[in-house]
Amino acid sequence: MAGSRRIGASVGLAPFLVYVTLFLFIPTIVVAIGAVTVDGRFTLEGITALKEPTMLEITYRTLLLAASTAVIGAMVGGLVAYVVSTAKPNGILRKSVASLSGVLAQFGGVTLAFAFIATVGREGVVSLWLKNHDIVDFTTSGWLFTLKGLVLVYTYFQVPLMVIVFLPALDGIRPQWREAADNLGATTAQYWRHVGLPLVFPAFLGSMLLLFANAFAAYATAAALVSQGSPILPLQIRKALQSEVVLGYQNLGYSIALEMVVIVSVVMYAYSRLERRTSGWLR
Amino acid sequence: MSTAGRRRRSQAVTRWVVLLVVGFFFVLPLYSMLLYSGRENPAGGSWSAWGVLTEDPTLTDAIKTSLELAVLTAVGMLLLLLPTMVWVRLKVPKARKAMEFICLLPLTIPAIVVVVGFQNVQLWVEYLVTDTALSLTFPYIVLVLPYCYRALDSGLSSIDVGTLSEAARSLGAGWGTVIARIIVPNVTSAILSAAFLAVALVFGEFTFASLLLFDNLQVVIAEFSLRNSVVSVAASLASLGLAFILLFALSFVGTRRKGREATS
Repeated sequence: MAGSRRIGASVGLAPFLVYVTLFLFIPTIVVAIGAVTVDGRFTLEGITALKEPTMLEITYRTLLLAASTAVIGAMVGGLVAYVVSTAKPNGILRKSVASLSGVLAQFGGVTLAFAFIATVGREGVVSLWLKNHDIVDFTTSGWLFTLKGLVLVYTYFQVPLMVIVFLPALDGIRPQWREAADNLGATTAQYWRHVGLPLVFPAFLGSMLLLFANAFAAYATAAALVSQGSPILPLQIRKALQSEVVLGYQNLGYSIALEMVVIVSVVMYAYSRLERRTSGWLR
Repeated sequence: MSTAGRRRRSQAVTRWVVLLVVGFFFVLPLYSMLLYSGRENPAGGSWSAWGVLTEDPTLTDAIKTSLELAVLTAVGMLLLLLPTMVWVRLKVPKARKAMEFICLLPLTIPAIVVVVGFQNVQLWVEYLVTDTALSLTFPYIVLVLPYCYRALDSGLSSIDVGTLSEAARSLGAGWGTVIARIIVPNVTSAILSAAFLAVALVFGEFTFASLLLFDNLQVVIAEFSLRNSVVSVAASLASLGLAFILLFALSFVGTRRKGREATS
Protein backbone atom coordinates (compact mmCIF):
# COMPACT_ATOMS: atom_id res chain seq x y z
CA MET A 1 0.00 0.00 0.00
CA ALA A 2 2.66 2.46 1.11
CA GLY A 3 4.87 1.33 -1.73
CA SER A 4 2.23 1.96 -4.37
CA ARG A 5 1.54 5.40 -2.93
CA ARG A 6 5.22 6.23 -3.19
CA ILE A 7 5.22 5.15 -6.82
CA GLY A 8 2.09 7.24 -7.30
CA ALA A 9 3.87 10.27 -5.86
CA SER A 10 6.88 9.81 -8.13
CA VAL A 11 4.60 9.87 -11.19
CA GLY A 12 4.29 13.62 -10.68
CA LEU A 13 7.96 13.92 -11.61
CA ALA A 14 7.47 12.12 -14.92
CA PRO A 15 6.88 15.12 -17.21
CA PHE A 16 9.98 16.88 -15.94
CA LEU A 17 12.12 13.77 -16.14
CA VAL A 18 10.91 12.91 -19.64
CA TYR A 19 11.66 16.46 -20.73
CA VAL A 20 15.21 16.63 -19.43
CA THR A 21 15.87 13.12 -20.72
CA LEU A 22 14.82 14.09 -24.23
CA PHE A 23 16.49 17.48 -24.42
CA LEU A 24 19.50 17.19 -22.11
CA PHE A 25 20.41 13.58 -21.32
CA ILE A 26 19.92 12.08 -24.78
CA PRO A 27 22.03 14.76 -26.52
CA THR A 28 24.79 14.25 -23.95
CA ILE A 29 24.66 10.47 -24.32
CA VAL A 30 24.69 10.82 -28.11
CA VAL A 31 27.90 12.83 -27.75
CA ALA A 32 29.51 10.24 -25.47
CA ILE A 33 28.55 7.34 -27.75
CA GLY A 34 29.36 9.25 -30.93
CA ALA A 35 32.87 9.91 -29.64
CA VAL A 36 33.71 6.21 -29.55
CA THR A 37 31.73 4.80 -32.49
CA VAL A 38 31.69 5.09 -36.25
CA ASP A 39 28.70 3.57 -38.06
CA GLY A 40 27.72 1.70 -34.91
CA ARG A 41 31.13 0.13 -34.51
CA PHE A 42 33.29 0.78 -31.44
CA THR A 43 36.47 2.68 -32.25
CA LEU A 44 38.94 4.91 -30.49
CA GLU A 45 39.75 6.85 -33.68
CA GLY A 46 37.92 9.93 -32.42
CA ILE A 47 39.79 9.89 -29.13
CA THR A 48 43.19 9.33 -30.74
CA ALA A 49 42.44 12.20 -33.14
CA LEU A 50 42.43 14.46 -30.09
CA LYS A 51 46.07 13.54 -29.53
CA GLU A 52 47.22 14.88 -32.88
CA PRO A 53 49.59 17.85 -32.58
CA THR A 54 47.13 20.38 -34.06
CA MET A 55 44.35 19.27 -31.71
CA LEU A 56 46.68 19.30 -28.71
CA GLU A 57 47.72 22.81 -29.67
CA ILE A 58 44.07 23.93 -29.84
CA THR A 59 43.31 22.29 -26.48
CA TYR A 60 46.31 24.00 -24.95
CA ARG A 61 45.23 27.36 -26.35
CA THR A 62 41.70 26.92 -24.98
CA LEU A 63 43.07 26.05 -21.55
CA LEU A 64 45.37 29.05 -21.73
CA LEU A 65 42.47 31.36 -22.65
CA ALA A 66 40.30 30.00 -19.83
CA ALA A 67 43.12 30.10 -17.28
CA SER A 68 44.38 33.57 -18.12
CA THR A 69 40.92 35.16 -18.15
CA ALA A 70 40.10 33.30 -14.91
CA VAL A 71 43.22 34.72 -13.24
CA ILE A 72 42.71 38.26 -14.57
CA GLY A 73 38.99 38.12 -13.76
CA ALA A 74 39.66 36.78 -10.26
CA MET A 75 42.27 39.45 -9.51
CA VAL A 76 40.31 42.44 -10.79
CA GLY A 77 36.90 41.12 -9.72
CA GLY A 78 38.30 40.13 -6.33
CA LEU A 79 39.64 43.65 -5.84
CA VAL A 80 36.31 45.19 -6.82
CA ALA A 81 34.45 42.80 -4.51
CA TYR A 82 36.83 43.73 -1.69
CA VAL A 83 36.44 47.49 -2.02
CA VAL A 84 32.68 47.06 -2.26
CA SER A 85 32.56 44.77 0.77
CA THR A 86 34.15 47.48 2.93
CA ALA A 87 31.43 49.94 1.92
CA LYS A 88 28.15 50.35 3.81
CA PRO A 89 26.39 46.94 3.79
CA ASN A 90 23.07 48.25 2.50
CA GLY A 91 24.38 51.34 0.74
CA ILE A 92 23.45 52.40 -2.76
CA LEU A 93 27.00 51.83 -4.05
CA ARG A 94 27.04 48.22 -3.02
CA LYS A 95 23.58 47.55 -4.39
CA SER A 96 24.33 49.13 -7.76
CA VAL A 97 27.67 47.35 -8.14
CA ALA A 98 25.99 44.04 -7.31
CA SER A 99 23.12 44.48 -9.76
CA LEU A 100 25.37 45.88 -12.48
CA SER A 101 27.68 42.88 -12.09
CA GLY A 102 24.67 40.59 -12.33
CA VAL A 103 23.74 42.16 -15.64
CA LEU A 104 27.25 42.36 -17.09
CA ALA A 105 28.12 38.76 -16.18
CA GLN A 106 25.30 37.68 -18.53
CA PHE A 107 26.58 39.99 -21.25
CA GLY A 108 28.22 37.92 -23.93
CA GLY A 109 27.88 36.59 -27.41
CA VAL A 110 27.22 38.72 -30.44
CA THR A 111 26.51 41.96 -28.57
CA LEU A 112 29.75 41.75 -26.62
CA ALA A 113 31.71 41.00 -29.78
CA PHE A 114 30.28 44.07 -31.49
CA ALA A 115 30.95 46.19 -28.42
CA PHE A 116 34.64 45.46 -28.80
CA ILE A 117 34.61 45.73 -32.58
CA ALA A 118 33.16 49.22 -32.14
CA THR A 119 35.88 50.01 -29.59
CA VAL A 120 39.17 48.45 -30.66
CA GLY A 121 38.27 46.85 -33.99
CA ARG A 122 39.82 48.03 -37.24
CA GLU A 123 37.54 51.06 -37.36
CA GLY A 124 36.82 51.17 -33.65
CA VAL A 125 36.33 54.46 -31.85
CA VAL A 126 39.35 53.95 -29.59
CA SER A 127 41.48 52.55 -32.42
CA LEU A 128 40.91 55.69 -34.50
CA TRP A 129 41.58 57.94 -31.52
CA LEU A 130 44.86 56.15 -30.77
CA LYS A 131 45.88 56.35 -34.42
CA ASN A 132 45.05 60.04 -34.72
CA HIS A 133 47.13 60.76 -31.65
CA ASP A 134 50.03 58.70 -33.05
CA ILE A 135 50.06 56.38 -30.05
CA VAL A 136 49.50 53.02 -31.65
CA ASP A 137 47.88 51.87 -34.90
CA PHE A 138 45.30 49.10 -34.49
CA THR A 139 43.47 49.95 -37.68
CA THR A 140 45.42 47.56 -39.86
CA SER A 141 46.00 44.74 -37.40
CA GLY A 142 43.48 42.05 -36.61
CA TRP A 143 44.69 41.41 -33.06
CA LEU A 144 41.14 41.63 -31.71
CA PHE A 145 40.31 38.47 -33.65
CA THR A 146 43.18 36.45 -32.18
CA LEU A 147 43.61 34.79 -28.81
CA LYS A 148 44.84 38.08 -27.28
CA GLY A 149 41.64 39.78 -28.36
CA LEU A 150 39.55 36.96 -26.89
CA VAL A 151 41.34 37.37 -23.54
CA LEU A 152 40.43 41.06 -23.49
CA VAL A 153 36.81 40.46 -24.50
CA TYR A 154 36.26 37.56 -22.06
CA THR A 155 37.57 39.74 -19.22
CA TYR A 156 34.46 41.84 -19.70
CA PHE A 157 32.17 39.10 -18.38
CA GLN A 158 34.68 37.35 -16.11
CA VAL A 159 35.26 40.34 -13.81
CA PRO A 160 31.56 40.88 -12.97
CA LEU A 161 31.04 37.14 -12.51
CA MET A 162 33.87 37.15 -9.97
CA VAL A 163 32.24 40.05 -8.14
CA ILE A 164 28.95 38.12 -7.85
CA VAL A 165 30.39 34.85 -6.65
CA PHE A 166 33.14 36.25 -4.42
CA LEU A 167 31.23 39.01 -2.64
CA PRO A 168 29.27 36.64 -0.35
CA ALA A 169 32.55 35.08 0.82
CA LEU A 170 33.98 38.49 1.73
CA ASP A 171 30.76 39.33 3.56
CA GLY A 172 31.44 36.27 5.71
CA ILE A 173 34.41 38.08 7.25
CA ARG A 174 33.14 39.79 10.39
CA PRO A 175 34.52 43.26 11.13
CA GLN A 176 34.85 42.03 14.73
CA TRP A 177 37.66 39.71 13.69
CA ARG A 178 39.59 42.66 12.35
CA GLU A 179 38.96 44.58 15.55
CA ALA A 180 40.02 41.59 17.62
CA ALA A 181 43.26 41.38 15.66
CA ASP A 182 43.79 45.14 16.17
CA ASN A 183 43.27 44.80 19.91
CA LEU A 184 45.86 42.05 20.03
CA GLY A 185 48.29 44.41 18.30
CA ALA A 186 48.30 42.90 14.80
CA THR A 187 49.37 45.04 11.86
CA THR A 188 47.33 45.12 8.66
CA ALA A 189 49.80 42.76 6.99
CA GLN A 190 49.68 40.34 9.91
CA TYR A 191 45.89 40.41 9.95
CA TRP A 192 45.68 39.51 6.28
CA ARG A 193 48.42 36.89 6.47
CA HIS A 194 47.08 35.03 9.49
CA VAL A 195 43.34 35.71 9.47
CA GLY A 196 41.96 37.26 6.28
CA LEU A 197 43.68 35.35 3.51
CA PRO A 198 43.39 31.86 5.03
CA LEU A 199 39.66 32.53 5.39
CA VAL A 200 38.93 33.75 1.89
CA PHE A 201 41.48 31.69 -0.01
CA PRO A 202 39.30 28.58 -0.58
CA ALA A 203 36.46 30.81 -1.80
CA PHE A 204 38.85 32.73 -4.03
CA LEU A 205 40.19 29.54 -5.55
CA GLY A 206 36.67 28.18 -5.97
CA SER A 207 35.48 31.33 -7.72
CA MET A 208 38.49 31.17 -10.00
CA LEU A 209 37.57 27.60 -10.98
CA LEU A 210 34.04 28.73 -11.81
CA LEU A 211 35.47 31.49 -13.98
CA PHE A 212 37.71 28.97 -15.68
CA ALA A 213 34.77 26.70 -16.54
CA ASN A 214 32.78 29.71 -17.70
CA ALA A 215 35.44 30.83 -20.16
CA PHE A 216 36.31 27.31 -21.26
CA ALA A 217 32.70 26.55 -22.23
CA ALA A 218 31.92 29.93 -23.83
CA TYR A 219 31.07 29.71 -27.51
CA ALA A 220 28.93 32.59 -28.72
CA THR A 221 31.37 35.44 -28.06
CA ALA A 222 34.25 33.69 -29.76
CA ALA A 223 32.07 32.55 -32.66
CA ALA A 224 30.80 36.07 -33.32
CA LEU A 225 34.29 37.54 -33.12
CA VAL A 226 36.35 34.94 -34.97
CA SER A 227 34.73 34.08 -38.27
CA GLN A 228 37.82 32.61 -39.89
CA GLY A 229 39.91 29.89 -38.37
CA SER A 230 39.20 27.89 -35.24
CA PRO A 231 41.79 28.70 -32.60
CA ILE A 232 39.85 27.19 -29.66
CA LEU A 233 37.90 23.98 -28.98
CA PRO A 234 34.36 25.41 -29.19
CA LEU A 235 35.15 26.89 -32.59
CA GLN A 236 36.70 23.60 -33.66
CA ILE A 237 33.33 22.02 -32.89
CA ARG A 238 31.65 24.58 -35.12
CA LYS A 239 34.04 23.65 -37.91
CA ALA A 240 33.28 19.97 -37.40
CA LEU A 241 29.51 20.57 -37.45
CA GLN A 242 29.63 22.74 -40.52
CA SER A 243 31.76 20.39 -42.57
CA GLU A 244 30.06 17.16 -41.67
CA VAL A 245 30.16 16.09 -45.30
CA VAL A 246 33.87 15.49 -44.85
CA LEU A 247 34.22 11.92 -43.64
CA GLY A 248 35.32 11.57 -40.04
CA TYR A 249 34.71 15.17 -39.11
CA GLN A 250 31.38 14.54 -37.40
CA ASN A 251 33.17 12.00 -35.24
CA LEU A 252 35.79 14.59 -34.32
CA GLY A 253 33.00 16.97 -33.28
CA TYR A 254 31.70 14.35 -30.86
CA SER A 255 35.09 13.65 -29.36
CA ILE A 256 35.93 17.34 -28.88
CA ALA A 257 32.53 17.81 -27.24
CA LEU A 258 33.25 14.87 -24.93
CA GLU A 259 36.67 16.30 -24.09
CA MET A 260 35.01 19.60 -23.15
CA VAL A 261 32.38 17.94 -20.93
CA VAL A 262 35.06 15.95 -19.12
CA ILE A 263 37.23 19.00 -18.45
CA VAL A 264 34.33 21.21 -17.35
CA SER A 265 32.95 18.43 -15.09
CA VAL A 266 36.28 17.96 -13.34
CA VAL A 267 36.60 21.72 -12.76
CA MET A 268 33.01 22.06 -11.56
CA TYR A 269 33.45 19.10 -9.21
CA ALA A 270 36.50 20.76 -7.66
CA TYR A 271 34.50 24.00 -7.43
CA SER A 272 31.61 22.36 -5.58
CA ARG A 273 34.03 20.74 -3.11
CA LEU A 274 35.67 24.08 -2.36
CA GLU A 275 32.32 25.82 -2.13
CA ARG A 276 31.07 23.31 0.42
CA ARG A 277 34.15 24.03 2.49
CA THR A 278 33.54 27.78 2.53
CA SER A 279 29.78 27.66 3.01
CA GLY A 280 30.41 26.22 6.49
CA TRP A 281 31.57 29.52 7.96
CA LEU A 282 29.60 31.73 5.61
CA ARG A 283 26.35 31.52 7.52
CA MET B 1 39.06 54.55 17.34
CA SER B 2 41.45 56.72 15.36
CA THR B 3 43.04 53.68 13.64
CA ALA B 4 39.59 52.54 12.58
CA GLY B 5 38.72 56.06 11.39
CA ARG B 6 41.93 56.43 9.42
CA ARG B 7 41.45 52.98 7.95
CA ARG B 8 37.91 53.79 6.93
CA ARG B 9 39.07 56.93 5.16
CA SER B 10 41.88 55.19 3.29
CA GLN B 11 39.48 52.39 2.38
CA ALA B 12 37.11 54.95 0.90
CA VAL B 13 39.91 56.44 -1.23
CA THR B 14 41.01 53.01 -2.49
CA ARG B 15 37.39 52.13 -3.18
CA TRP B 16 36.80 55.09 -5.45
CA VAL B 17 40.12 54.72 -7.27
CA VAL B 18 39.46 51.04 -7.98
CA LEU B 19 35.85 51.57 -9.03
CA LEU B 20 36.72 54.48 -11.31
CA VAL B 21 39.54 52.61 -13.08
CA VAL B 22 37.53 49.39 -13.50
CA GLY B 23 34.40 51.37 -14.32
CA PHE B 24 36.26 53.14 -17.12
CA PHE B 25 37.12 49.79 -18.72
CA PHE B 26 33.46 48.79 -18.54
CA VAL B 27 31.96 52.03 -19.80
CA LEU B 28 34.39 52.58 -22.67
CA PRO B 29 33.03 49.82 -24.98
CA LEU B 30 29.44 50.93 -24.34
CA TYR B 31 30.31 54.55 -25.08
CA SER B 32 32.20 53.47 -28.20
CA MET B 33 29.16 51.51 -29.36
CA LEU B 34 27.02 54.60 -29.03
CA LEU B 35 29.45 56.74 -31.06
CA TYR B 36 29.96 53.99 -33.64
CA SER B 37 26.22 53.47 -34.09
CA GLY B 38 25.86 57.14 -35.05
CA ARG B 39 28.30 56.96 -37.95
CA GLU B 40 27.42 57.41 -41.58
CA ASN B 41 26.77 54.05 -43.19
CA PRO B 42 25.50 52.44 -46.42
CA ALA B 43 21.92 53.06 -45.24
CA GLY B 44 22.40 56.83 -44.99
CA GLY B 45 23.86 59.64 -42.93
CA SER B 46 24.59 60.00 -39.23
CA TRP B 47 22.34 58.04 -36.87
CA SER B 48 20.46 56.47 -39.79
CA ALA B 49 21.43 52.99 -38.58
CA TRP B 50 18.91 53.23 -35.74
CA GLY B 51 16.08 53.70 -38.21
CA VAL B 52 17.06 50.53 -40.06
CA LEU B 53 16.38 48.52 -36.89
CA THR B 54 12.65 49.01 -37.18
CA GLU B 55 12.50 49.07 -40.97
CA ASP B 56 14.65 46.26 -42.34
CA PRO B 57 12.43 43.18 -42.79
CA THR B 58 15.13 40.64 -41.86
CA LEU B 59 15.73 42.48 -38.59
CA THR B 60 12.09 42.99 -37.70
CA ASP B 61 11.35 39.34 -38.51
CA ALA B 62 14.22 38.27 -36.28
CA ILE B 63 13.02 40.52 -33.46
CA LYS B 64 9.57 38.96 -33.79
CA THR B 65 11.04 35.43 -33.75
CA SER B 66 13.13 36.16 -30.65
CA LEU B 67 10.13 37.73 -28.94
CA GLU B 68 7.96 34.69 -29.65
CA LEU B 69 10.73 32.36 -28.51
CA ALA B 70 11.17 34.36 -25.31
CA VAL B 71 7.47 34.17 -24.46
CA LEU B 72 7.18 30.47 -25.34
CA THR B 73 10.31 29.62 -23.34
CA ALA B 74 9.18 31.57 -20.28
CA VAL B 75 5.72 29.99 -20.34
CA GLY B 76 7.04 26.49 -21.08
CA MET B 77 9.67 26.77 -18.35
CA LEU B 78 7.07 27.81 -15.78
CA LEU B 79 4.66 25.03 -16.81
CA LEU B 80 7.43 22.46 -16.54
CA LEU B 81 9.21 23.68 -13.42
CA LEU B 82 6.62 25.16 -11.08
CA PRO B 83 4.22 22.17 -10.76
CA THR B 84 7.15 19.77 -10.51
CA MET B 85 8.88 21.83 -7.83
CA VAL B 86 5.68 22.13 -5.79
CA TRP B 87 5.06 18.41 -6.22
CA VAL B 88 8.57 17.55 -5.04
CA ARG B 89 8.18 19.71 -1.93
CA LEU B 90 4.86 18.17 -1.03
CA LYS B 91 5.11 14.54 -2.09
CA VAL B 92 8.71 13.48 -2.69
CA PRO B 93 10.98 15.75 -0.63
CA LYS B 94 13.69 13.11 -0.98
CA ALA B 95 13.96 13.95 -4.68
CA ARG B 96 14.72 17.63 -4.02
CA LYS B 97 18.51 17.30 -4.11
CA ALA B 98 18.32 15.21 -7.28
CA MET B 99 16.06 17.74 -8.97
CA GLU B 100 18.36 20.60 -8.04
CA PHE B 101 21.31 18.64 -9.42
CA ILE B 102 19.51 18.04 -12.72
CA CYS B 103 18.41 21.66 -13.01
CA LEU B 104 21.94 22.94 -12.47
CA LEU B 105 23.45 20.43 -14.94
CA PRO B 106 23.22 22.76 -17.96
CA LEU B 107 25.89 24.86 -16.23
CA THR B 108 28.25 21.90 -16.43
CA ILE B 109 27.31 20.63 -19.86
CA PRO B 110 28.22 23.50 -22.20
CA ALA B 111 25.56 24.56 -24.71
CA ILE B 112 28.00 23.93 -27.55
CA VAL B 113 28.19 20.28 -26.42
CA VAL B 114 24.42 19.83 -26.17
CA VAL B 115 24.11 21.22 -29.71
CA VAL B 116 26.43 18.53 -31.05
CA GLY B 117 24.23 15.77 -29.64
CA PHE B 118 21.05 17.62 -30.46
CA GLN B 119 20.84 17.01 -34.21
CA ASN B 120 18.86 13.77 -33.94
CA VAL B 121 16.47 15.14 -31.34
CA GLN B 122 16.02 18.20 -33.54
CA LEU B 123 15.01 16.01 -36.51
CA TRP B 124 12.25 14.46 -34.39
CA VAL B 125 11.06 17.85 -33.15
CA GLU B 126 10.93 19.14 -36.72
CA TYR B 127 9.04 16.01 -37.82
CA LEU B 128 6.57 15.91 -34.92
CA VAL B 129 6.08 19.52 -33.82
CA THR B 130 7.36 22.31 -36.03
CA ASP B 131 10.24 22.98 -38.38
CA THR B 132 10.26 26.74 -37.79
CA ALA B 133 12.64 28.63 -35.53
CA LEU B 134 10.09 28.21 -32.75
CA SER B 135 11.34 24.63 -32.36
CA LEU B 136 14.25 26.25 -30.50
CA THR B 137 11.88 26.62 -27.54
CA PHE B 138 12.67 23.04 -26.51
CA PRO B 139 16.43 23.43 -26.02
CA TYR B 140 15.96 26.96 -24.67
CA ILE B 141 13.87 25.67 -21.77
CA VAL B 142 16.80 23.43 -20.84
CA LEU B 143 19.20 26.35 -21.24
CA VAL B 144 17.34 28.59 -18.77
CA LEU B 145 16.70 25.80 -16.23
CA PRO B 146 19.55 26.60 -13.78
CA TYR B 147 18.73 30.30 -13.51
CA CYS B 148 14.96 29.88 -13.33
CA TYR B 149 15.22 26.98 -10.89
CA ARG B 150 17.18 29.15 -8.47
CA ALA B 151 14.74 32.03 -8.77
CA LEU B 152 11.70 29.80 -8.18
CA ASP B 153 13.41 27.83 -5.44
CA SER B 154 14.13 30.94 -3.38
CA GLY B 155 10.52 32.04 -3.81
CA LEU B 156 9.07 28.69 -2.78
CA SER B 157 11.44 28.50 0.19
CA SER B 158 10.04 31.74 1.57
CA ILE B 159 6.49 30.37 1.93
CA ASP B 160 5.13 27.32 3.70
CA VAL B 161 4.04 25.28 0.68
CA GLY B 162 3.00 22.29 2.79
CA THR B 163 0.60 24.04 5.17
CA LEU B 164 -0.88 26.25 2.47
CA SER B 165 -1.70 23.40 0.14
CA GLU B 166 -2.98 21.11 2.92
CA ALA B 167 -5.31 23.88 4.01
CA ALA B 168 -6.54 24.31 0.46
CA ARG B 169 -6.85 20.54 -0.10
CA SER B 170 -8.86 20.08 3.10
CA LEU B 171 -11.27 22.72 1.85
CA GLY B 172 -11.75 20.64 -1.28
CA ALA B 173 -9.36 22.29 -3.79
CA GLY B 174 -7.89 20.14 -6.55
CA TRP B 175 -4.19 20.19 -7.39
CA GLY B 176 -4.74 22.58 -10.26
CA THR B 177 -6.51 25.03 -7.96
CA VAL B 178 -3.78 24.69 -5.33
CA ILE B 179 -1.08 25.65 -7.80
CA ALA B 180 -2.98 28.31 -9.72
CA ARG B 181 -4.81 30.02 -6.85
CA ILE B 182 -2.73 29.32 -3.74
CA ILE B 183 0.94 28.85 -4.69
CA VAL B 184 1.23 31.17 -7.71
CA PRO B 185 -0.19 34.31 -6.03
CA ASN B 186 2.22 33.78 -3.14
CA VAL B 187 5.36 33.56 -5.28
CA THR B 188 4.56 36.12 -8.00
CA SER B 189 7.85 37.95 -7.61
CA ALA B 190 9.83 34.71 -7.95
CA ILE B 191 7.80 33.78 -11.03
CA LEU B 192 8.43 37.22 -12.45
CA SER B 193 12.18 36.89 -11.77
CA ALA B 194 12.31 33.51 -13.48
CA ALA B 195 10.34 34.78 -16.47
CA PHE B 196 12.53 37.90 -16.84
CA LEU B 197 15.66 35.78 -16.70
CA ALA B 198 14.27 33.43 -19.34
CA VAL B 199 13.38 36.35 -21.63
CA ALA B 200 16.79 38.00 -21.19
CA LEU B 201 18.65 34.75 -21.87
CA VAL B 202 16.58 33.89 -24.95
CA PHE B 203 17.12 37.36 -26.40
CA GLY B 204 20.88 36.91 -26.08
CA GLU B 205 20.99 33.33 -27.34
CA PHE B 206 23.23 32.63 -30.31
CA THR B 207 24.78 29.16 -29.97
CA PHE B 208 21.75 26.95 -30.66
CA ALA B 209 20.17 29.20 -33.25
CA SER B 210 23.29 29.65 -35.34
CA LEU B 211 24.36 26.00 -35.31
CA LEU B 212 20.85 24.64 -35.93
CA LEU B 213 20.59 27.22 -38.74
CA PHE B 214 17.70 29.35 -37.52
CA ASP B 215 17.50 33.13 -37.69
CA ASN B 216 16.95 34.63 -34.29
CA LEU B 217 17.88 38.19 -33.34
CA GLN B 218 21.52 37.48 -32.50
CA VAL B 219 22.15 35.42 -35.64
CA VAL B 220 20.73 38.18 -37.84
CA ILE B 221 22.77 40.86 -36.05
CA ALA B 222 25.92 38.84 -36.68
CA GLU B 223 25.05 38.30 -40.36
CA PHE B 224 24.12 41.94 -40.86
CA SER B 225 27.67 43.05 -40.17
CA LEU B 226 28.71 41.75 -43.59
CA ARG B 227 26.41 44.34 -45.18
CA ASN B 228 26.49 47.14 -42.62
CA SER B 229 28.46 46.92 -39.41
CA VAL B 230 27.05 50.21 -38.11
CA VAL B 231 23.56 48.67 -38.07
CA SER B 232 24.93 45.60 -36.28
CA VAL B 233 26.45 47.77 -33.58
CA ALA B 234 23.23 49.77 -33.21
CA ALA B 235 21.22 46.55 -32.95
CA SER B 236 23.67 45.13 -30.41
CA LEU B 237 23.38 48.25 -28.30
CA ALA B 238 19.59 48.13 -28.53
CA SER B 239 19.39 44.47 -27.51
CA LEU B 240 21.87 45.12 -24.73
CA GLY B 241 19.75 48.02 -23.52
CA LEU B 242 16.72 45.75 -23.44
CA ALA B 243 18.57 43.09 -21.44
CA PHE B 244 19.84 45.79 -19.05
CA ILE B 245 16.34 47.07 -18.42
CA LEU B 246 14.95 43.55 -17.91
CA LEU B 247 17.69 42.38 -15.58
CA PHE B 248 17.82 45.64 -13.69
CA ALA B 249 14.09 45.55 -13.13
CA LEU B 250 14.65 41.99 -11.96
CA SER B 251 17.19 43.01 -9.35
CA PHE B 252 14.59 45.38 -7.91
CA VAL B 253 11.90 42.70 -7.84
CA GLY B 254 14.45 40.61 -5.99
CA THR B 255 15.29 43.21 -3.36
CA ARG B 256 11.66 44.01 -2.76
CA ARG B 257 10.96 40.37 -2.01
CA LYS B 258 13.92 40.18 0.34
CA GLY B 259 12.72 43.30 2.14
CA ARG B 260 9.34 41.72 2.72
CA GLU B 261 10.97 38.55 4.04
CA ALA B 262 12.96 40.55 6.54
CA THR B 263 9.93 42.33 7.94
CA SER B 264 7.68 39.27 8.19
